[in-house]
Amino acid sequence: MPKTGSRDGTRTIDVGALARVEGEGAIYVTVKDGRVDDAKLRIYEPPRFFEAFLQGRRFSEAPDITARICGICPVAYQMSAIHAMEDVCGVTVDGQLRELRRLLYCGEWIESHVLHVAMLHAPDFLGYPDAIRMAQDHPDIVQTALRMKKIGNRIVTLLGGREIHPINARVGGFYKTPTRQELDTMIDDLKWGRDAAADLVRWTSRLDFPDFAPDYEFVALRHPDEYPMNEGRVVSNKGIDVGLEDFEETFIEEHVEHSTSLQAHIKDRGAYHTGPLARYSLNFDRLSPIAQEAAQDAGLERECRNPFQSIVVRSVETLYAYDEALRIIGQYEPPDRPFLDVPPRTGTGHGCTEAPRGVLYHRYTIDDEGIIQAANIVPPTAQNQRMMEEDLRAFVDDRLHLDHDELQWQCEQAVRNYDPCISCSCHFLKLHVDEV
Amino acid sequence: MIHVIGVGERWRRDDSVGLIVADHLRSLGLTDADVRTVSGEGTALLECWSADDDVIIIDAVASGAEPGVVHRWAAHERPIPAWCFRHTTHAFGVAEGIELARTLRRLPRRLIVYGIEGADWGMGEGLSTTVNQAVPTVVDRVRRDVRRWRETASVEVERHA
Repeated sequence: MPKTGSRDGTRTIDVGALARVEGEGAIYVTVKDGRVDDAKLRIYEPPRFFEAFLQGRRFSEAPDITARICGICPVAYQMSAIHAMEDVCGVTVDGQLRELRRLLYCGEWIESHVLHVAMLHAPDFLGYPDAIRMAQDHPDIVQTALRMKKIGNRIVTLLGGREIHPINARVGGFYKTPTRQELDTMIDDLKWGRDAAADLVRWTSRLDFPDFAPDYEFVALRHPDEYPMNEGRVVSNKGIDVGLEDFEETFIEEHVEHSTSLQAHIKDRGAYHTGPLARYSLNFDRLSPIAQEAAQDAGLERECRNPFQSIVVRSVETLYAYDEALRIIGQYEPPDRPFLDVPPRTGTGHGCTEAPRGVLYHRYTIDDEGIIQAANIVPPTAQNQRMMEEDLRAFVDDRLHLDHDELQWQCEQAVRNYDPCISCSCHFLKLHVDEV
Repeated sequence: MIHVIGVGERWRRDDSVGLIVADHLRSLGLTDADVRTVSGEGTALLECWSADDDVIIIDAVASGAEPGVVHRWAAHERPIPAWCFRHTTHAFGVAEGIELARTLRRLPRRLIVYGIEGADWGMGEGLSTTVNQAVPTVVDRVRRDVRRWRETASVEVERHA
C-alpha cells in the first residue's frame, strides 16, 4: 500500500507496489530539510536466470528461450538473439526476409505502445486510477485503442505464428513466410490504424505536461537509412558512436542493493536514457514524412526532453509503425526460401535492437557445434533504472509544495513515463551472497 | 459460440494450470466448444468473444485459500475479485480485461471464471501436487458447464423452431 509520512523535517513517499507497470517494483523517496535526500526505484521481482538457462543449449534455441522473458516484447528478444547468432556465424540476412523482420517489429511496437499510451499512461494525465475508470468517461478512446492494438496483434500472429511468445522467427529468417495475399488482407486495417494513430498523436498532444526537461544523455540505435528497429550503431547526443562489439565497454551494469535488476550507466559518466524519447530525438530525420508532420503539428520539436511527453512520442512511433508496415507490404515479394542456412562456428556475436522500451543488447559465445557457452542480456529497463531514480530526485525537488497524494501520484507517473518492464529487467545471472 | 480459455504462463509452475486444463479438454475432444490458450494480457481477452457468446476462463489465483481450492465466479453477473489475480506480472490482466469489457458493454452473454488456487509461482514447468490434483475436477466442471449450455441452446432452438 502507498504510504506517506512527515516528521522531524523528514518526509517519506513510499509506493509499495507500483501499479500499471509490468512486474513488481516500488518507489521510495525521502525528503530531508526541504531537499530530496534519497530516491530509489526498488525492484523486487525475483531474478530469473535466463543467461544461465541458455548455457549448454543450441544456438538456434536462443530466440525462443529469450522470447519467454517478456510477454509484452518477445519479438525484441527474438530479434536481438537472432542478430547476435547471425553475427557469430557470419551470416547477413537481407532483402525480403529482413523486411519481414521489420514488419514483425512494427506489430510489436503497435501492441506495446498502444497498450501503454491508452491503458497505462493516459489515466495518469486525466486523473483516473486506471483505464477501466477512464473508459467510463472516454469509451471512444479506449475502443479505438483496442482496435489499434488488435491490428498489431494480427501482424505478430501472422508473422510470428501466434500472438504471444511468437515461434516462427528463427536464426536465418523464418520457418514460414507469408504469401502476398495474406499480407494484403491487412492493408485496409493498417490504413485505418494509421489514421487512428494520427488522431492519437493529436489527442495526446493536448494533455497537460509538467514543465520538466532534464539534460538527458539519450542512447539509441542509429541506422544510415531508416528509423532504427533491428540494426544500427549505438549513439548518443553526447558523443557516443560505437559498434555493438563495444557495447559492454561503453555501458557498465552493476548490482545495487535495493534492486534484483542490474543497473546500467555509461562508463566514467553516469545515467542515460533509452527508449522512445531517445530514439525519436536521435532519429527524427529517419521518420517517414507523415510521422514527422504529425509530430510537428503536435508541437514536438525535433528533440524532446520532457519524459511526460513520451506519451506523444509513443503515439508518433505508433503512427510510424503503421506507415512502415504499409510500405513493407506494398513492396513485398515472397522470398524463394523462408530462411538462410546458418551453420554454427566458434565465436562471440552481438545483437542490439530497439525494443519498444529502448535498446536491448544480447551477446553470445558459442562453440563449433553451436552450443552456447556464455550469454549476456541487457534489457532497456535495467538501463533506464538509474535515470528513473535521477528523474525522481530532480522532479520531486521542485514539487515539494504539493500535498502528499498529489506528489505521490506524480512520482508514479514519472516512473511510468518509461513504461518500465520490470519482468524483463530481472533475468540476470549474477547473484551475490554475502557470508558473515 | 462457446469459448473455453485457459490462461497462464507455462514456465511459471502453478501459473500454468489454466493452460493444462485447456490441454486436457483438447485431448478429451471437447468438440462443443472452441478451446484456446492465452497469456492473460487483459485487452487480448476482449478479442476472444462477442456479445452473444458463452465463455469459460480458467486461471490460477492467489486468494490466500489452500492450494488446489477451486473458485467459480459468474463474471457476467458481478465483478470478480481482482486482487486474487495479482500474481501475474501483467499490468493489465484477466480481471482488468473483464472489467474493461463490462465498462465498454463488451462482456459475453455468460462468463464463468474458474480460479484454481496456486502455491508455487517459481520458474519451471509442472504443477505442485495439490494443484495438479484439482485439474480433473475443473476439467469435469467445465465439461458439465459446456454440456448444460449446449442443452439450453438446443431447447431455445426448438422453442424458436
